[in-house]
Amino acid sequence: MLNHCFLCRNEDLKEMLESNKESLKLEAMKRIVGLIAKGKNASELFPAVVKNVASKNIELKKLVYVYLVRYAEEQQDLALLSISTFQRALKDPNQLIRASALRVLSSIRVPIIVPIMMLAIKEAATDLSPYVRKTAAHAIQKLYSLDPDQKEHLIEVIEKLLKDKSTLVAGSVVMAFEEVCPDRIDLIHKNYRKLCNLLVDVEEWGQVVIIHMLTRYARTQFVSPWREDAVFDENSEKTFYDSEEERRVDQSKPYIMDPDHRLLLRNTKPLLQSRNTAVVMAVSQLYWHLSPKHELSVITKSLVRLLRSHREVQYIVLQNIATMSIQRKGMFEPFMKSFYVRSTDATHIKTLKLEILTNLANEANISTILRELQTYVKSQDKAFVAATIQAIGRCATNISEVTDTCLNGLVLLLSNRDETVVAESVVVIKKLLQTQPSQHSDIIKHMAKLFDNITVPMARASILWLMGEYCEHVPKIAPDVLRKMAKTFTSEEDIVKLQTVNLAAKLYLSNSKQTKLLTQYILNLGKYDQNYDIRDRTRFIRQLIVPNEKSGALSRYARRILMAPKPAPVLQSAFKDRDRFQLGTLSHTLNSQSNGYLELSDWPAVAPDQSVRIVEVVEPVKEAGAPLLGKSKPGKSAEKFYSDSEEEEEGSSSEDSSSSSSEESESESESEENSDDSNKSSSSESDSEKKKKTLKNKKLQQQKPDSKDRYWSHSVQSHLFFLNKFLVVFKFNLRCIALLLIIITKLFSIHIVLSFSNQFVASCRCSLLRLCVFLACQFDAVSWHVRVSLQASFPVFVPETSHELLHRMTGKGLSAQYRFTRQPCIYGNSMVSLQLTLSNSSDQALENIHISEKSSTGQNIHHFNAIGELHTWTCGSVLFSFSTKEDEFSVSIQPAVGELLVPITMTEADFTKEQGLSVWLTNDRLGTGNRFKNSHLLKYLKRLICHAFLLCYWSMPFLSENF
Amino acid sequence: MIHSVFLISNAGDLFLEKHWKSVISRSICDYFFEAREKAVEPDNVPPVIRTPHHYLINIYREKIFFVSVIQTEVPPLFVIEFLHRVAETFQDYFGECSETTIKDNVVIVYELLEEMLDNGFPLATESNILKELIRPPTILRSMVNTITGSSNVGETLPTGQLSTIPWRRAGVKYTNNEAYFDVVEEIDAILDKSGTTVFAEIQGVIDACVKLSGMPDLTLSFMNPRLLDDVSFHPCVRYKRWESERVISFIPPDGNFQLMSYHISAQNLVAIPVYVKQNISFFETGSSGRLDITVGPKQTMGKTLECLVVTVHMPKVVLSANLSATQGTYNYDPVTKILVWDIGKLNPQKLPNLKGSLSLQSGAPKPEENPSLNIDLKIQQLAISGLKVNRLDVYGEKYKPFKGVKYVSKAGKFQVRT
Repeated sequence: MLNHCFLCRNEDLKEMLESNKESLKLEAMKRIVGLIAKGKNASELFPAVVKNVASKNIELKKLVYVYLVRYAEEQQDLALLSISTFQRALKDPNQLIRASALRVLSSIRVPIIVPIMMLAIKEAATDLSPYVRKTAAHAIQKLYSLDPDQKEHLIEVIEKLLKDKSTLVAGSVVMAFEEVCPDRIDLIHKNYRKLCNLLVDVEEWGQVVIIHMLTRYARTQFVSPWREDAVFDENSEKTFYDSEEERRVDQSKPYIMDPDHRLLLRNTKPLLQSRNTAVVMAVSQLYWHLSPKHELSVITKSLVRLLRSHREVQYIVLQNIATMSIQRKGMFEPFMKSFYVRSTDATHIKTLKLEILTNLANEANISTILRELQTYVKSQDKAFVAATIQAIGRCATNISEVTDTCLNGLVLLLSNRDETVVAESVVVIKKLLQTQPSQHSDIIKHMAKLFDNITVPMARASILWLMGEYCEHVPKIAPDVLRKMAKTFTSEEDIVKLQTVNLAAKLYLSNSKQTKLLTQYILNLGKYDQNYDIRDRTRFIRQLIVPNEKSGALSRYARRILMAPKPAPVLQSAFKDRDRFQLGTLSHTLNSQSNGYLELSDWPAVAPDQSVRIVEVVEPVKEAGAPLLGKSKPGKSAEKFYSDSEEEEEGSSSEDSSSSSSEESESESESEENSDDSNKSSSSESDSEKKKKTLKNKKLQQQKPDSKDRYWSHSVQSHLFFLNKFLVVFKFNLRCIALLLIIITKLFSIHIVLSFSNQFVASCRCSLLRLCVFLACQFDAVSWHVRVSLQASFPVFVPETSHELLHRMTGKGLSAQYRFTRQPCIYGNSMVSLQLTLSNSSDQALENIHISEKSSTGQNIHHFNAIGELHTWTCGSVLFSFSTKEDEFSVSIQPAVGELLVPITMTEADFTKEQGLSVWLTNDRLGTGNRFKNSHLLKYLKRLICHAFLLCYWSMPFLSENF
Repeated sequence: MIHSVFLISNAGDLFLEKHWKSVISRSICDYFFEAREKAVEPDNVPPVIRTPHHYLINIYREKIFFVSVIQTEVPPLFVIEFLHRVAETFQDYFGECSETTIKDNVVIVYELLEEMLDNGFPLATESNILKELIRPPTILRSMVNTITGSSNVGETLPTGQLSTIPWRRAGVKYTNNEAYFDVVEEIDAILDKSGTTVFAEIQGVIDACVKLSGMPDLTLSFMNPRLLDDVSFHPCVRYKRWESERVISFIPPDGNFQLMSYHISAQNLVAIPVYVKQNISFFETGSSGRLDITVGPKQTMGKTLECLVVTVHMPKVVLSANLSATQGTYNYDPVTKILVWDIGKLNPQKLPNLKGSLSLQSGAPKPEENPSLNIDLKIQQLAISGLKVNRLDVYGEKYKPFKGVKYVSKAGKFQVRT
């Protein structure tokens, strides 16, 4: 009857579906979906529904899709009718329609259409819309589960999609990778860095999947960072936040983290702030499995934060914290109070918190924890109380200082009204007593007294066992307990009976006079017990302890067998062995391997080839993130690098000596003339070209005013203020030594000499590379300035600050800083000394760092002591490029004009003379000089020169104070 | 990943099922029912249940169990988080997430579930995107739809789905541009018998209601950002700027969302706004007990305490309570053994007091432990941590929006042990 009714209604629906009215059809579909949702069978409507698959009404269409996906498997032949519609929709200009067509097509589990699906997936994988490509990635998994034979083809598609740069696709394709071919780790190599860099922008669900995959990947590709972690525990927090180079300085360890390994850790860290708890957990497990131990503390706060979330989240997070807290107490100890139990928590949350508190217990905090546990013992939740008592027992065994206190507390609990509490206490006391029985015979006596009131079998058995084991300590009481047991033997639980038999046997051996009859009686009772275990045990014990002619040699050893000292049970956490599973996984939660669990491999002893992760095409725009570093293999590079550097040093020192002679010789005129000559010749060569470059660079400079410039002009201005005051004072106190600051502009060719300082060799010895290179920049002398008679003096103030030339991110680990030493240049005073500090913050040695001409790499003939050719230098900016063995970085220096000034000592007379001569500078005559095309620069120079002259009035100490 | 989802009411009625891969018989839920039976309280149901071939991961929310069926290894939090997101979406769409609303809107629920997961992997969970794909039901719209036959389903792909800011829908337009922020702080505390603080911390959230046209880029700064110990953000917040400048810079989703949550840990001194003097005792004889509770203000920063409620989970043996309250009303439920005393606004001049006797089951032993008190309260216009929003700047759009910040402090898990 009911069935009939149902059929009737279906008829009714069928009619509605076949009507011409959209609204009726929609209404019918809505009702059908309602049926599906309730789990009712609506499969017989299939033919009527499938007709509407091509409907124009998008909601109707969607509902038809829902229906189709649900029943296609059952009605395969009919489902085929709809396929052509989807094939058409796959070509639709609307990406949403394309995507949903692919979604439904791939969700129809009909084996016949596998080739069509395959084709559709391949096509969609190259679709312009990332949304469609994402759908394709999902479709891969569906097809794979439908037909695993397609694996090879699907891997091809996965490989293609892995290269996709869209954040939308990344998560889904990694998911497909995990499902189809998680072992094909080679597919990841080339995409590793991209995935790391995209990670922050991927949607949250994709992040979880990618992070889990990368954790597995990293464990196969990098060497363990855990070798010598102990040293770092102290200042872990600090070192983490310090910049990388600095850490390298401190760390003189052979272990150097692979930059890719570091990249992963660095790029996942911000995700600890995600609102998605799964993401936070994923990052936490990544840090747990991959980071050096001293960096692990960053995850603590985030994990503790998750404890505020829903009950289910708490459950999983607490489980993971429990596992972590066994190995690393220190991580969670400061947050101990966050694990305090509330009476409103669910029982499994309570027990987990208890577990963690017990794990965290140590000598320092045990009193606080015990006080807390004491309040828990009074809880109404009896399962929780039992767990608390066990926790107290664990604390007592782990921390010997409090064993007695705990034991006393537990004994007090023996008089508790609640039976489960008493029983649990008895069991725990039994375990505790086993560790030190001799001092506690009074406790055993006390328990014997309690024995009559305790009915929980486990507790009774425990007491009986204690009596038997330590019957020597309680010689009077034990036989009496046995007597009582003999009376009630038949009504006891099995576990109690077994222990009674044990007790009887032990007493028989130690005190046979008093207990012989009792024992015999109990053994007889046991012999006819209903439980075969007990009958078995009785038979065995009888043969063992009662000597008769049949019993062999065994009975002679009965005493030694039964009364053998037994090792105390070790009370340990239930989470002890959970760390065999990757944290945050289902397997970890269940503590057993679930289907499809992928084992986290151990660290490889030697890291596999790192070069596999290098992507060939490096886009200039993405240089910051693009991988360039670390082409050399580690191991061999280290040694080779050092030896190289020593050789180079020799080479450079010879050059040094040659140049030092010129430095010492006071006749600067010579060198200057030389430089003048050379510059002139070269300047004539490419005058027009130079101008172009000048213009270009000027533009560059205007766009980015150097901080140094600002500093200079600012400070000069501020000193000008003082000057007005001091001018009067110093006017009559003119020193013989005055400073003339001379501006040198328009440099076009600069020779850079790189030489090693001692520091370099020293730092090469430690694992990190930091070297200083002094550069001398030569530039064209302007006719008006340097006089032969003038002698350069030492600068009064040399700023210690250096400026960044090449950031370590851009330089793939190589960073460079420059500083103007303001020392007279050894190669002639038309050059400026520049101290270049190169440091290597990557984990590998960088070979063959030299300065190269940007465009032509072939010219890098010299290694370190190479004389590099620099491109252009017009007032202030020098462009050149650094090359390591294979990479090249372009950098530019834009010095403040002030840095190009040379301090010169002269007499007062000379000074006035010079001042007179240089009056033209302050006039517009300078402007007529065609060297200064740029009015901005001109104004700037004029102002500066003015100040420079004024500054001459200053006495030196004053200068040094204020600069 | 997620194979199927079953929705089961607290009474054990399986009222909705949805499969993303091949169909799994609903008999799988028998394992769940078994665990449910064993747990007694719905809260005690283990979130992960193993069955011979599948794993059931469930959440309990609004008296509904969301049970998902998993076949292979998956991070359990992934599933749990997703299920909660589903529940939140329902709440967002239907105003509440209950058995009735889900049953009433079963088609939309189905459409939503279809969009949220593809082959068990989350596809679109942002509410802004979902609302463009499937419009939430309103009375007006359902009327219009029945007349015109137009549908609730969007025809084009939401632009957010493709952009790098998937949380915001495009083409937002308002005549009144407004941005409101609620700073809501909850005090989690455990006080012991003598009233000293065992543990206290503050959990705060900033809920935002942003109705701004176009693509505004907002910057929210605090007077005292150093207070914040640990923060988590909506994906829209630029983490880098927070790291470097301690300002919250973001392009907001349209409508209501939780901008951030933060944590001020026990290391900072947490002001406890209320004190409780209580005396609950049970007598050895006569199977009765006495109860005397007084509540008073402590550190309230000059504000009044509102919505003060004291909840006591009585021991099982307490049959009834005969009490008198000087203020508010009390109610004892003999089935759940929960005593609720609703005080309302706290008058510092005349402290509210609840006094009287409890009658116990005769013959039963006296309860071992005194029940702990849970306190609920609300303080308007005050963030108990002292956190203050400094300013909100709008970039990228020309208009001047209405801006507002509201502070509320509440008691979170505030427990007094007795």
